[in-house]
Amino acid sequence: MEGGLDFGVIWTNLTYFMVGRYPGGPMGGVLLTLYLAVVSLIISFFGGMILGLMCVVRNPLIRYPTVAVVNLVRGIPLLLVIFWMYFLLPFVMGRTTPESATVIAALSLFTSAYMSQIVQAGIEGIPKGQTEAALSTGLHPWHAMVFVVLPQALRNMIPSFVNQFVSMIKDTSLAFIVGVSELTQVATQVNNRTMIYPAEIFLFIAIVYFIICFAFTTLSRWLETRLAWRKAI
Amino acid sequence: MIRFEAVHKWFKDLHVLNDINLHVKQGEVVVVCGPSGSGKSTLIRTINKLEPIQKGRLFVDGKDMSDRKTDINRLRAEIGFVFQQFNLYPHLTAIKNITLAPIKIRKLPKKQAEEEAMALLERVGLADRRDSYPSQLSGGQQQRVAIARGLAMKPKIMCFDEPTSALDPEMIGEVLQVMQGLAHTGMTLMVVTHEMGFAREVADRVIFMDYGVVLEEASPEEFFRNPKHERAQLFLKEILSPMH
Repeated sequence: MEGGLDFGVIWTNLTYFMVGRYPGGPMGGVLLTLYLAVVSLIISFFGGMILGLMCVVRNPLIRYPTVAVVNLVRGIPLLLVIFWMYFLLPFVMGRTTPESATVIAALSLFTSAYMSQIVQAGIEGIPKGQTEAALSTGLHPWHAMVFVVLPQALRNMIPSFVNQFVSMIKDTSLAFIVGVSELTQVATQVNNRTMIYPAEIFLFIAIVYFIICFAFTTLSRWLETRLAWRKAI
Repeated sequence: MIRFEAVHKWFKDLHVLNDINLHVKQGEVVVVCGPSGSGKSTLIRTINKLEPIQKGRLFVDGKDMSDRKTDINRLRAEIGFVFQQFNLYPHLTAIKNITLAPIKIRKLPKKQAEEEAMALLERVGLADRRDSYPSQLSGGQQQRVAIARGLAMKPKIMCFDEPTSALDPEMIGEVLQVMQGLAHTGMTLMVVTHEMGFAREVADRVIFMDYGVVLEEASPEEFFRNPKHERAQLFLKEILSPMH
């Protein structure tokens, strides 16, 4: 290499970067990264919601164990959670689990824990008068939660949700540690094979991550304005 | 309709309600007044158990509010409640604010609920604002929507907790007129307010509180002409001519 960057290595391996051996073989590259991210995103959205609600219920038998688990998970590096899932999941399930499933489980658990804190803060951020007004019309407490508090809280949570999800998209790169051939893993493979283009390869995947995350933030900003009702007071 | 029997309530060490004995009859309009911190808001909030009581008994429409077996949600539907800060749902339009409870609790079909809600909006003079969000309404309009929401479950009692205290002076009249209209329909009203004009004209009885105690209970004529308790005399003097 005589000065300057040579991106030819990207073009020759572009399909591999984008989809791995798919459709002839298993998914890989960007496609697998997106797959891991989207599936974990959906699971942790609902997981975070459920955990978050469990953190605000009155019943201490539900609340305290949930808070304990959430704090435990939040206090552990994601990489360790991935290792745990990698070694524990096959043991618990009694059969071998695909690596991508262990990564999805780890990401979902980890992100759910963080999401639950966002949900909890969002719910607690809605003025008490809203619940009181709903209760005073005879609505059940769970009606008040579902139809009055949550719709307002969810809208306020969107920016934090997006933050968390963007961070999760980037965290899918940790899947490379257990041999899942997502974008970072594919990049390492190509780099090991070609030897002399590390700058080009890792610059390229950095840009790809950036584009995915940027697209996601833009989408969510659009969603936020669409869901906007003018705020009172 | 509402009966307090030796009701006590504490916030930690603070004795906010001290041996309250009251009886509000059906169709009666009772105004509760007193200085801030006197316990009058707490008193009215105990009626639908937004504040639980710690001692004594409280009957609403013949049912014991302090009894755990009482279905509190069902009973709350019988009591309309209007708050100082309106507490309209900001994510819902005026009409949806009103129809939420009837649709979810009384299981009314959407169409019928909306017809009833429109009738209520007309009654408070806001039929043209049915699709406005709370933030697009003035304070007085918001409070009138809140009254319509309170009426939507066809309650037997309406409670007002300082309904005009957060309003600009020129919007107070429109809200008081709606309340006066309600009083004339024979509904039982309990109103915490500093609007002495309303008390004088509409109330059947005025209750004066301080330190969590009912200090005076009288007809408006008597209360304004000849207040017995020293604290009430001082309060009236302050509120009727604040500059002297």
